[in-house]
Amino acid sequence: MPRIIRKQEIVEDSWQVFSLAAGDSAETVALPAGPVLLPLAVWLARRDEVLQRDEPPGVWLDSDEGPEALAEDCARFAVIGINFPRFTDGRGYSSARLLRERYHYTGEIRAIGDVLHDQLFLMRRCGIDAYAVRADKDIEQALAGLRAFSESYQAATDQPLPLFRRRLAEHSA
Amino acid sequence: MYRYDRIDQQIIDERVAQYRDQIGRHLAGDLSTDELRPLRLQNGLYIQRHGPMLRIAIPYGMLSATQLRKLAEISQRYDRGVGHFTTRQNMQLNWPQLEQTPAILGELASVEMHAVQTSGNCIRNITTDQFAGVAPDELTDPRPYCELLRQWSTFHPEFAFLPRKFKIAVNAATTDRAVIRAHDIGLELLRDERDGIGVRIFVGGGLGRTPILGQVIREFLPRRHLLSYLEAILRVYNRYGRRDNLYKARIKILVQALGIDAFRRQVEAEWAHLQDGPTTVPDEEFARIAAHFPPPAWETLPAVDELHAARVAADLAFANWVRRCVHPHRTPGYAAVTLSLKAPGAAPGDISDTQMLVVADLAERFSFGELRVTHEQNVVLADVRQRDLHEVWQIARRHRLATANIGLLTDIICCPGGDLCALANARSVPIADAVNEKFDDLDYLYDIGDISLNISGCMNSCGHHHVANIGILGVDKNDEEWYQITIGGQQGNSATIGKVIGPSFHAHEVPLVIEALISVHVEQRLPGERFIDTLQRIGVEPFKARAYAGRDRRRGARQENREVVNA
Repeated sequence: MPRIIRKQEIVEDSWQVFSLAAGDSAETVALPAGPVLLPLAVWLARRDEVLQRDEPPGVWLDSDEGPEALAEDCARFAVIGINFPRFTDGRGYSSARLLRERYHYTGEIRAIGDVLHDQLFLMRRCGIDAYAVRADKDIEQALAGLRAFSESYQAATDQPLPLFRRRLAEHSA
Repeated sequence: MYRYDRIDQQIIDERVAQYRDQIGRHLAGDLSTDELRPLRLQNGLYIQRHGPMLRIAIPYGMLSATQLRKLAEISQRYDRGVGHFTTRQNMQLNWPQLEQTPAILGELASVEMHAVQTSGNCIRNITTDQFAGVAPDELTDPRPYCELLRQWSTFHPEFAFLPRKFKIAVNAATTDRAVIRAHDIGLELLRDERDGIGVRIFVGGGLGRTPILGQVIREFLPRRHLLSYLEAILRVYNRYGRRDNLYKARIKILVQALGIDAFRRQVEAEWAHLQDGPTTVPDEEFARIAAHFPPPAWETLPAVDELHAARVAADLAFANWVRRCVHPHRTPGYAAVTLSLKAPGAAPGDISDTQMLVVADLAERFSFGELRVTHEQNVVLADVRQRDLHEVWQIARRHRLATANIGLLTDIICCPGGDLCALANARSVPIADAVNEKFDDLDYLYDIGDISLNISGCMNSCGHHHVANIGILGVDKNDEEWYQITIGGQQGNSATIGKVIGPSFHAHEVPLVIEALISVHVEQRLPGERFIDTLQRIGVEPFKARAYAGRDRRRGARQENREVVNA
């Protein structure tokens, strides 16, 4: 079974990422059995059908798909995937923060795609809490990427107070 | 200047460890060349024509004497004893070894320095006025704002992989010396009766292939909202800036495509969610950072030092230096000094290890141990007593740091160009040399008066040629070096993008063209007019006509290439 990083641990995981092949239609494509992250287009086209399946619903957003499309339904998903088609495509960081901070999504956000060691720390800060590290990479080694820094200046999902507020609190304490 | 606390130091130390690990994994084959590239760029490391180049961050141009000594030591130990100051007030080393770069970063961290985000598609080094804190026309010291932005932008998790690089500059003076409208975001500090200090925010400026001046997105924003508002701008850009075409990926293209009003509406809609959130900066934080920039212990001195005045009267060479290289200071009896790195024959902005040590000593003896790097690629001692100017001049002169050409034709802003840079289409330093040779008479340079001449070796425009009175851009045509000339650009409050005068010139023609342009000015000027004034009064045509006059004769053997070359 494939392994991913969830929170701070390497775990086995059975979720599949389902993509539309060329010629597939979101309306009619056959959905695989088992827990599956569906493309946004499939979710939008077949919402009621997906909700009636036995499996908990999952969806994934590509880097040009904003979380606005899920806003109303966030709480229904056990897992929301955010795709990084290339690790240099940084749109997913904004998507993750919006899911957490604007839409108050509390389930799992999983980075999928070109997910590498050196981005995990940034992803974690933006509210991504599961990481499907690219299959050809050493996932054990990548785990260390989560802890690149022990402190950060900015507020983000993982730390709601910027360092300056914590510094001031410390000085006035 | 800003001094690190335990946390600042820890973050920088962890960065060194992270980078060392990345290079180690690369050398072990676990991190491919393509995977390493964006990571090393965010640590200032380029792979250049002859090997790596390391760009070291000098936040808003501020250096201590101790830091400059460390840079001298690093350039001796790991490089070839020379550093190059850039238009982002940083320093580049052109000959480090890849394997040694982690050690260099370790050395830098020991003096509170780093190479964080000096390249890559992220928020770059914040730049500002080299006379911050001492300029008579300043509203408030911009450096605390720059430091606030430095901390906020350092490893910002959401904005580490933007569509393209992102540059921010801050100005707090009546005269803009930071070219803020040529930046992705330009910030102008203002004071409002009711709300105190705030910022006017320009967005969507930038040079490069498509030079555009920034437009106002907010006329006045109280300073406490600065960071949350910038987050809103950056988030809109990160999400909607183009990623399909490298040349259309800067925020200026997004702003142009949407129009400033639609862009503003998007930003304001995003900001509505962020406004008054935890990233709102309390006055206490501005005060905490400002406490790192106290005015130095200036003495109470008369406004005019008699001895200094007598020396100026007695020595023409000294007087010329004072005229060009000494600047007014807000405190009586003090002056700011520009040490020119534009001596004839020197690559503009280059500083040798020996010169670094001399400058560090000068800073320590005469200017409270601090100095600044200018975006014009010179060095400033900001707090020199008038009575010490003569001694500073004598020492500087011995080390070729006192060329009295600041603001003159030979004070050229110039990128390293094709001699070193892998991106360049053409060399730029030899053009600067040729201009220097052509205009080697200081008296004539004084007669020509204030003018800016900038050279970029390629469209990336590191040499800011678009905002020069005379701009020179290297272009590659049929593997030959050609140069496109723009005129009429300027920095400052009336920042203007220069206009291309016509087909490009071969390298050997460039000094002649400059001479032709200058002669039109000298012939046509009214008393007191600068080159830009004359140009604005009489228009481009007379300059253009002179530049191309007799060109066929000059071009000689190159004639047959013309059609292809200018295609």
